[in-house]
Amino acid sequence: MIDSLKGKAIWRFGVVFLAFALVFSLAGCAAEEPAEEPAAEEPVAEEPVETTDLILASTTSTQDSGLFDVLIPAFEEAHPEYKVNVIAVGTGEALELGQNKDADVLLVHAKAKEEAFVADGYGTERKDVMYNDFIIVGPAADPAGIKGATVADALKKISDSGVTFISRGDDSGTHTAEKALWEKSAITPSGAWYNSAGKGMGDVLTMASEMAGYTLTDRATYLNMKNDLQLDILCEGDTVLFNQYGVIPVTDATNMDGAQAFADWIVSDEAQAVIAEYGVEKFGAPLFFPNAQ
Amino acid sequence: MEVFWSAFVDSIKLLFGGDAALYEIIGLSLRVSGISLFFAMLIGVPLGYLIGAHRFPGRGLVVAIVNTGMGLPPVVVGLTVYMLLSRSGPIWDLYLTWMGEAMPRVLYTVPAMIVAQVIISSPLVTGVTLAAIASVPTELRLQARSLGASRLQEAILTVKEARRGVMASVAAGFGGIISEVGAVNMVGGNIAGKTRVMTTAIQLETGQGNFGLALALGLILIGISFVIMNGFTRVQQSGGRYER
Repeated sequence: MIDSLKGKAIWRFGVVFLAFALVFSLAGCAAEEPAEEPAAEEPVAEEPVETTDLILASTTSTQDSGLFDVLIPAFEEAHPEYKVNVIAVGTGEALELGQNKDADVLLVHAKAKEEAFVADGYGTERKDVMYNDFIIVGPAADPAGIKGATVADALKKISDSGVTFISRGDDSGTHTAEKALWEKSAITPSGAWYNSAGKGMGDVLTMASEMAGYTLTDRATYLNMKNDLQLDILCEGDTVLFNQYGVIPVTDATNMDGAQAFADWIVSDEAQAVIAEYGVEKFGAPLFFPNAQ
Repeated sequence: MEVFWSAFVDSIKLLFGGDAALYEIIGLSLRVSGISLFFAMLIGVPLGYLIGAHRFPGRGLVVAIVNTGMGLPPVVVGLTVYMLLSRSGPIWDLYLTWMGEAMPRVLYTVPAMIVAQVIISSPLVTGVTLAAIASVPTELRLQARSLGASRLQEAILTVKEARRGVMASVAAGFGGIISEVGAVNMVGGNIAGKTRVMTTAIQLETGQGNFGLALALGLILIGISFVIMNGFTRVQQSGGRYER
């Protein structure tokens, strides 16, 4: 008796489930239909363009800065034959994706690694695109007293005072830069105050804010998230905080033409102007400084 | 194929290589998920019994809610726990108002990870337990009561009768959290030596492009899960010989 009841319950469940599935799929169709009609007219008016996918592997910090939201549409307007898919990962993973030919073009910021990547034959060339700068941010109270100090002094004060510092710890471009700065200051950061997070820039900024600690960040990501953070800029402007971006088309990529077109376009005057302008309206200052040759 | 073979070899080498950092990560994974599972059982088994063994208005809705809970996306649980525990979250404010001092930080600590994993695993334990309890014939409980069993004795008897299903619920709860990355990454912060567990370590190595190492760590995690699940299964099957 119990079994026959259960059988009925399963049937009822199945019927309800199917009804739901039907309703949702109908709703989906209804939503799509009006969008399709005007779109159908456009290609007739212009040249019908066949688009091919282009995989751009870049870093989470570039993605988090919001630059792609203006850069990618501008590229797709200049080259309507390509549809850009951004994969935002760590610099290490981006280079690995390139090495495995799973990405067509790379836009990353770890110059030594990029040059080695091209030297090993994984990329066809490497071009300078732009730079931004790193800053050290921390709680407004500045418990380690680093405000106005040089980078070397600031790092020394943080390690001496033992105030929480959060490192990206993910072998990213920013992490590589941070390690180089500690090395230059002749400090080996270790101890309970030094937290190696192994996360992206946005996550680490959130962590620094929550833990009332210091971190090294690129200016773009910080400005973009500033309103949600209880962090102030405490150390900036030092020349060692320079962060160079490069573009690399991947050797034998799936979409080699697209990769080359993107690399050529991003160093063009048109793209460089888009980069120079980004952030001016929102933050009163550019986030990236184009420097293609 | 060679990649997978070398990852397999690497995973064996790593596991027996005496790397203290790796053992610490494995230990923390087991500790976090083990403690979470303990609390999930404390919540899920009684709750599963109460819902499974009783008829009340709106029971179907409650069961549907529990079943939905079994599919909670870990990253959403992580996000919610994060927002609750944040310095700009409601608990922080309440603590400050009531206690008159700033709340000690819970975010990016092991307890925060446990809170998130308890939320993920409790519905899993509840859902599978209630299904097991519901399949115990009502006659058994009626008979127990007619023989003068108390409510508690009746409950214990029913849970014992459904023990295989209850053990399955524990296995489901454990499986749901030992493999979970979204929530522990968000509320734990993946801090080396403090909150880094197997899944977040795998994600980190993947992000750095160390695919081989990431895969080797993944194999170790699966191996550990196998050993534990095998233990569950042994307990689950034991006593079977007395049944017939």
